[in-house]
Amino acid sequence: MSNSQLTEGIAPARLDPESYCTNFADHAPPLGTQEARIAADRCYFCYDAPCMEACPTAIDIPLFIRQISTGTPEAAAKTIFDQNIMGGMCARVCPTENLCEGSCVRMDSEGEPVEIGALQRFATDTLMAKQSHPYTRAERSGKSVAVVGAGPAGLACAHRLAMKGHEVTVYDARSKPGGLNEYGIASYKTPGGFAQAEVDWLMQIGGITIVENWQLGRVGDGDLAELLGDYDAVFLGMGLSGVNALRLEGEDKDGIRPATEFIAELRQASDLAELPIGRDVVVIGGGMTAVDAAVQSKLLGALNVTLVYRRSRAEMPASTVEQEHALTHGVNIIENAAPIAIHGNGAVRQVEFAYTKKGPDGLEMTDATFKLSADQVFKAIGQTLGDMPPKVEVAGGKIKVDGAGRTSVERVWAGGDCTHAGEDLTVTAVAQGRDAAEEIHQFLMEG
Amino acid sequence: MADLTSEFIGIKSPNPFWLASAPPTDKEYNVRRAFEAGWGGVVWKTLGSEGPPVVNVNGPRYGAIYGADRRLLGLNNIELITDRPLQTNLREIKAVKQDYPDRAIIVSLMVPCDEESWKAILPLVEETGADGIELNFGCPHGMAERGMGSAVGQVPEYIEMVTRWCKQYCSLPVIVKLTPNITDIRRPAEAAKRGGADAVSLINTINSITSVDLDDFAPEPTIDGKGTHGGYCGPAVKPIALNMVAEIARDPETAGLPISGIGGVTTWRDAAEFMALGAGNVQVCTAAMTYGFKVVQEMISGLSDYMDRKGFTSTSELVGRAVPNVTDWQYLNLNYVTKAEINQDDCIKCGRCYAACEDTSHQAIAVTEDRVYSVKDEECVACNLCVEVCPVECITMRKMDKGEVDPRTGETVGDYANWTSHPNNPSAATAAE
Repeated sequence: MSNSQLTEGIAPARLDPESYCTNFADHAPPLGTQEARIAADRCYFCYDAPCMEACPTAIDIPLFIRQISTGTPEAAAKTIFDQNIMGGMCARVCPTENLCEGSCVRMDSEGEPVEIGALQRFATDTLMAKQSHPYTRAERSGKSVAVVGAGPAGLACAHRLAMKGHEVTVYDARSKPGGLNEYGIASYKTPGGFAQAEVDWLMQIGGITIVENWQLGRVGDGDLAELLGDYDAVFLGMGLSGVNALRLEGEDKDGIRPATEFIAELRQASDLAELPIGRDVVVIGGGMTAVDAAVQSKLLGALNVTLVYRRSRAEMPASTVEQEHALTHGVNIIENAAPIAIHGNGAVRQVEFAYTKKGPDGLEMTDATFKLSADQVFKAIGQTLGDMPPKVEVAGGKIKVDGAGRTSVERVWAGGDCTHAGEDLTVTAVAQGRDAAEEIHQFLMEG
Repeated sequence: MADLTSEFIGIKSPNPFWLASAPPTDKEYNVRRAFEAGWGGVVWKTLGSEGPPVVNVNGPRYGAIYGADRRLLGLNNIELITDRPLQTNLREIKAVKQDYPDRAIIVSLMVPCDEESWKAILPLVEETGADGIELNFGCPHGMAERGMGSAVGQVPEYIEMVTRWCKQYCSLPVIVKLTPNITDIRRPAEAAKRGGADAVSLINTINSITSVDLDDFAPEPTIDGKGTHGGYCGPAVKPIALNMVAEIARDPETAGLPISGIGGVTTWRDAAEFMALGAGNVQVCTAAMTYGFKVVQEMISGLSDYMDRKGFTSTSELVGRAVPNVTDWQYLNLNYVTKAEINQDDCIKCGRCYAACEDTSHQAIAVTEDRVYSVKDEECVACNLCVEVCPVECITMRKMDKGEVDPRTGETVGDYANWTSHPNNPSAATAAE
């Protein structure tokens, strides 16, 4: 092996081949049948359960756990999918500590919630392993809907619409469907090609056509007006295609790139050993994307990985569990610091930071500064909406929606991260896609 | 450490924990290990008459019900009495007793219901040096079909007759083991007493089918597609056993008849409860069969700690202590009024009390938008269901003092008064006239 963790610069193959397999294996191995029964037995079957209330898709958690405990995981899966057709992915990627598990009443008594996420995965994996799709389509309505974006919002919307008997065409700018499930989530959270397997399983409903490499508004593809001409309704769920810039001089130096781009590349890599990674990696940001980029840099063999966030750790969008995950993987977290300069000749060599403090008008830079060695810098300070069709009203950088995703344009709904109601969560996107589908269905049937 | 030495119908043992007549006491190897582990005594697994021993099935002998973590809650068996030759058992009993003179060895017996059969076996048992005999009138499966076991135990006249033979032909203390598969447990106990029994032991196992295989449509345990009822034991049967022990302990006809308590004793606490209800000692089987002989160590330390806390210097101070408080429903104080109270600091807001009360009981629990649960005193009948379903024990029952007004009935809490004098009781009204 020519390279090691000590090799300077951005280099591939820092680790021995086996390490890549170990490092990127399922980070939360699934529960066995007996483990699931024991975990299920801890559920109190609460009245008006707080976990259910905390779930953006309102899965009947006490019911599905009870179904697991009685040896009927397929029925449990059906309970989950009724509310959340991407219950399989959500079981893997939801920050449950902030949602269902965080509100579990056992947190009060023991500080250890029922393992709702793991149980959900047990149920959904069981049903999906049988390659059976539990839903059938209603009588054909003769109506058609275009869905822009094959991410969680778009697919959830498409599935619900197809189930109601409508014909759905899903357009996506990438070469594979799945959206962030396929391109934006840490690899060890969804190993084994789960994102594509889930899309294939979901497509078994029938009535959905996916058109890849198609971008809204791109010459030769199509625009909103054309879609509205061809379809009875349109759902926009294209997510956020742009990234925020650091707005620093030297931001274009070699070695500096958006974290999302790195994660997408990693997710699509056929051989992780061929993926080059810096020796000294700096990640700027404090969300889940920042953590995913930092941890995966470490897993690829980066020697030093530092995650720098401009506010305190308590204010980080990444949950405490995510933060601890990063820390146990050897990521160094520096809080209350923001980048002020990028140094290097052609390629980045160092990033200079200033510590921040809270002032009357927001964060202020202090005079205290420090420099971090960096041969690779990942920017994870938020994403932005791409170009929008002219009539679609945008507020605060996101599509403005009312109720179940109605946009300012007649016959156009939206959901997921591209709307102001989005929360950068798969589960929220699924809920919005599903709810929009219900409203679109109502609209189509009335019309 | 409290003195746990036990003397039961003149039989001494270092503690009141005996292993019941069952597979754990079927042979010398097991019994020696049991004594090494600390058991105070054993009731040797039931011996039958001389001659070819009984045979057992060669498929599963046990069925069980479980909690979620495969915690065994109830065990059912279709095993018969010992299937080893009589002489082998007798030889082993003698050898073990010689080596463990301080431990109690009782020999369980079941022979055909005729005088000759009993007359034949009793001297052989006496010769082993065993401390007593226990008459197995309880085994509910297999042997009953041959006129033994519970077939005898369900007919008080037979119990009395056989007990009398045993007292006549044997000088050892006689314990009569009772079957619970009967309507009124007091009748066989009275019969045993009339026959001269030194003690009764109860309960034997309960007729049961543990489960049904829903693919083969056969009861469990299944032998080649068929099943039969077995005898149920283990933690699940304890409440049934406690009641039967108490019935015998408080009935004037049988009061004072020594009782060896059996039925789901798993911990020191179970044992203490049996003893408080009148059992002079306890016999254990399922706990040992589930966890091994070592469980006795917890029973010894637990009972000892409890006795120290209570200041009891002898187990006899515990035996029967709760018996005077077992009464008939009609004597319960109808002017004893309590109300459920939820400790908000400990409440985890699961709402189980609410679901139980609202759906199935008295609609006496209120809930706010932010999931604060509280008791509506004007609806609460103090049924205790909320206490039972609360997973964190944050609900207690507060006793209303005399003179307080019960908001549910509008009546003032008064002195003790029971159903016998209640105006709604037709008998009471008649008596008053």
